[in-house]
Amino acid sequence: MPSNSSSSTPKAPLALTIAAYAGLLFLHVPILIIFLYTLTPDETTYTFPLPGITFKWFGIALQRADLWRSVTLSLQVAAIATFAALILGSLAAAAVYRSNFFGRESISFLLVLPIALPGIVTGIALRTAIGGFDIPFSFWTIVIGHATFCVVVVYNNVLARFRRMQGSQIEASMDLGANSFQTFWYVVFPNIATALLAGGMLAFALSFDEVIVTTFTAGQQTTLPIWIFSQLSRPRDRPVTNVAAMIVMLITFLPIFLSQRLTASSSDTEGNSK
Amino acid sequence: MLNKISTYLYLRPKLVLWLTLGPPLAYMIIVYLGSLFNLLINSFYYLEQFTGLIVREFTLSTYARTLEPANLEIFARTTLMAIAVTVMDAIIAFPLAYYIARFTPPKLKTWLIIAVTLPLWSSYLVRVYAWKLILAKEGILSWFINLLGLQGALDWLLGIPAIGGSSLALSPLGMFIVFAYIWLPYMIIPIQTALERVPHSLVEASSDLGAKPLQTFRTVILPLAFPGVVAGSIFTFSLTLGDFIIPLSLGNSKFFIGQAVYSYQGTAGDIPLAAAMTMGPVVIMIIYLLIARKMGAFDAL
Repeated sequence: MPSNSSSSTPKAPLALTIAAYAGLLFLHVPILIIFLYTLTPDETTYTFPLPGITFKWFGIALQRADLWRSVTLSLQVAAIATFAALILGSLAAAAVYRSNFFGRESISFLLVLPIALPGIVTGIALRTAIGGFDIPFSFWTIVIGHATFCVVVVYNNVLARFRRMQGSQIEASMDLGANSFQTFWYVVFPNIATALLAGGMLAFALSFDEVIVTTFTAGQQTTLPIWIFSQLSRPRDRPVTNVAAMIVMLITFLPIFLSQRLTASSSDTEGNSK
Repeated sequence: MLNKISTYLYLRPKLVLWLTLGPPLAYMIIVYLGSLFNLLINSFYYLEQFTGLIVREFTLSTYARTLEPANLEIFARTTLMAIAVTVMDAIIAFPLAYYIARFTPPKLKTWLIIAVTLPLWSSYLVRVYAWKLILAKEGILSWFINLLGLQGALDWLLGIPAIGGSSLALSPLGMFIVFAYIWLPYMIIPIQTALERVPHSLVEASSDLGAKPLQTFRTVILPLAFPGVVAGSIFTFSLTLGDFIIPLSLGNSKFFIGQAVYSYQGTAGDIPLAAAMTMGPVVIMIIYLLIARKMGAFDAL
């Protein structure tokens, strides 16, 4: 991937560099502290410095069936919510990008609303509706809640990519005799594929970590965040919570890394083609 | 066959529009707007105090209850916290976003963006919990404060009635730190996006015309990046307004909106009051969003 070497990077003032890295430090130290505390032999207090070091909590956490059940449930919910969001979000982005219709602004407003309004509003609204219509709380009510706020993530990513795509490519494809489906498959889809993937990964992560809406839409099901939330009020399982959290963070690093690479490399290509 | 369908659709753009827009619109209107509307209706019902049953009759008495002094105090407390958190996040986020957007070569930039988004991917609850470890009386921060001999300063801060408490983990001050920490990436990313979009030619033109770097920053870069700050503030403000996990895990016994709603609908079973209480944040956020859209914040999302 050739990089954009024409614009050289100016040197930052020292104060700015310090402020920037202080901000980064602030973001990451707490996460490292969780890693640190997975090793503490002390299960009841938060004593620092650690009274010793042990690896036993990893083994104990791995044997917890309830932990693994909630991980599985979270993965399933996130997968289905992401799938729904990919379809609904990209359809909406295509519609908004292609045509200039009455109420277009209102639609983007409507799609942003679930993440712009506090989660508790979405949560209690869905709960009241689900309860009011006597729909049983289930796996699917969680999925519906999650899909509602995942759509916008896909929509934003895909719409942004559509806007950067050159319309001339589509025209050229049509001029060369391709029908709409061929144009979509050979021209449009390759262009938006990485945006779909990046949006999908972000939606997946949002769903995987969501607790507020889930609190209101879940019945007896325990997603991983709900599991952790319940552990927060029961301090005796704290070491296991640490390990669970650490595993989740390590597992999610790969998709985030990939999604960043995907979006970064595609914008490079575009910069070069102009 | 496909060609025929393609031509058929090509000649009917309205149909294509409805085919693409229909499903997402239907979903959002039925599931989301429908639920919100249902919530709104519920806020006009009331809970019969003796039977504990919801009476489905139009009344404004539930709204009157949200205006009781205790509830007004909850609104004020939450809104103040949301404003303070938003301002704090803008202050921390801007230098970092500015540094990433303008002063880093592409490779480092990719890594820094990953570093900023990484916390968003690690469980929100666990990060809240991490701060419990940090802020606890015997925790890591106290250890450092003792090491630096700043115990007196901390005690003084905790002694201030509005923000203090028995320890950092049980005070509005601690809650403020955690809120600011948790929502920070939501502020950095839109500001960085907005800064990336400031054309280099404008910055060069400004310096060609004799503006000093600080002047260029103040008159060219900052105004163009401001929609990004507004976009970020939508998240930090809204997320603080509605959160109930942080006030439940940290802080003292004084309620925040989310917490109040959570307990009214849960233990109290008073859905009308919970619904009416949420209408506060809804109204605040809709006004906020309309202003933000006017300022071009949606382009920076």
